[in-house]
Amino acid sequence: MGRQIEGTFIFDGDAATRGFALNAMCFSFNDAANRAAFVADEQAYCDRFHLTEAQREAVASRDVLAMLRAGGNIYYLAKLAGILGLSVQDLGAQQTGLSLEAFKQRLLDAGVETRHG
Amino acid sequence: MAEVVGGVFASHVPAIGGAIARGLQQDPYWSPFFAGFDAVRAWLGRARPDVAVVFYNDHGLNFFLDKLPTFAVGAAAEYGNADEGWGLPVSKPFAGDPALSWHLIEALVADEFDITTCQSMLIDHALTIPMQLCWPDVAEWPVRIVPIAINTVQHPLPSPARCLALGRAVGRALARWPGDERIVVFGTGGLSHQLEGPRAGFINSDFDRRCMDALANEPDLLTRHSSLDIVELAGSQGVEILNWIAARGALGAATHEICRNYHIPISNTAAASMVLEAGLARAA
Repeated sequence: MGRQIEGTFIFDGDAATRGFALNAMCFSFNDAANRAAFVADEQAYCDRFHLTEAQREAVASRDVLAMLRAGGNIYYLAKLAGILGLSVQDLGAQQTGLSLEAFKQRLLDAGVETRHG
Repeated sequence: MAEVVGGVFASHVPAIGGAIARGLQQDPYWSPFFAGFDAVRAWLGRARPDVAVVFYNDHGLNFFLDKLPTFAVGAAAEYGNADEGWGLPVSKPFAGDPALSWHLIEALVADEFDITTCQSMLIDHALTIPMQLCWPDVAEWPVRIVPIAINTVQHPLPSPARCLALGRAVGRALARWPGDERIVVFGTGGLSHQLEGPRAGFINSDFDRRCMDALANEPDLLTRHSSLDIVELAGSQGVEILNWIAARGALGAATHEICRNYHIPISNTAAASMVLEAGLARAA
């Protein structure tokens, strides 16, 4: 067991091994034809990449934390989120249990401004 | 001999590319970030670089997890951008500088950096967005590029100490390049942000400020941290500051801070830009 950081998934060798199929599917979404094929038949597309049952359920339920637990890497999952019309702020809201407005407001409330030169 | 004129440091949040595509530079949400680039562009106008050596991280466009180099140096004559999956417009390609790339590759391997070399390499938003911020609306990019990708995606990541050493080795090699090019170094990404997990939205402005201060004056301070320390302090994706640390290493011992802009938030990120000129401050 590696180092634990609160509220954080460390994408290490264990996660990369566990998540390979899911991340490979997400990598394929760089291609517009593959995005269309996923939208046309999600189940068939998940079959093609041999997703595990946990990965399949996480994708079907749009559950980002479950995708992460199944080894998904957020840079790759962002490509799936794009197909689903979700921004990284939508993902942040879902993972923190906040409404989108509350998640955005929390970031605005952290606002800092420094400019010189 | 070639001259390293300085370093440009900039966030590369994809949403910035979306804002550029939609012409939102003056929008109240975006303008505090974009305004920071007035001073960057003014400096670039004076510095007149011919070549940019760009430290950045790939987000799953050129590299997949099947083969993921810790450090990869481009050696292509041209670098294309491509669809990354979320609808950003595809950037026009960049000219490379294969002779300079191979000079750096020779020097880095001689310095015992076991790099990957790439004669074909797509560059993603982490490279194209800072370029668009520096040179908006140009028909052709004014610089040739040498991209150097650092793994900030799959742990174990290289340490801050190793990234600073890589940058210093690049800086020594650039100083030996017999051409007469003016070379700017880029470090992209960051600053603090975290996209995934229950801590999504995490930002640490105190740490970011300390990082920017240290980069300007005492970059070795940052080598006290491991990469996992930086994940804890700056967020999972805040670790992209490794690109800034490497770029700072290439600037030599002394730098002079020209400008700095730090703004929270852009999307989920503490967004920043900074220019460090190589060498000591010149008398006014």
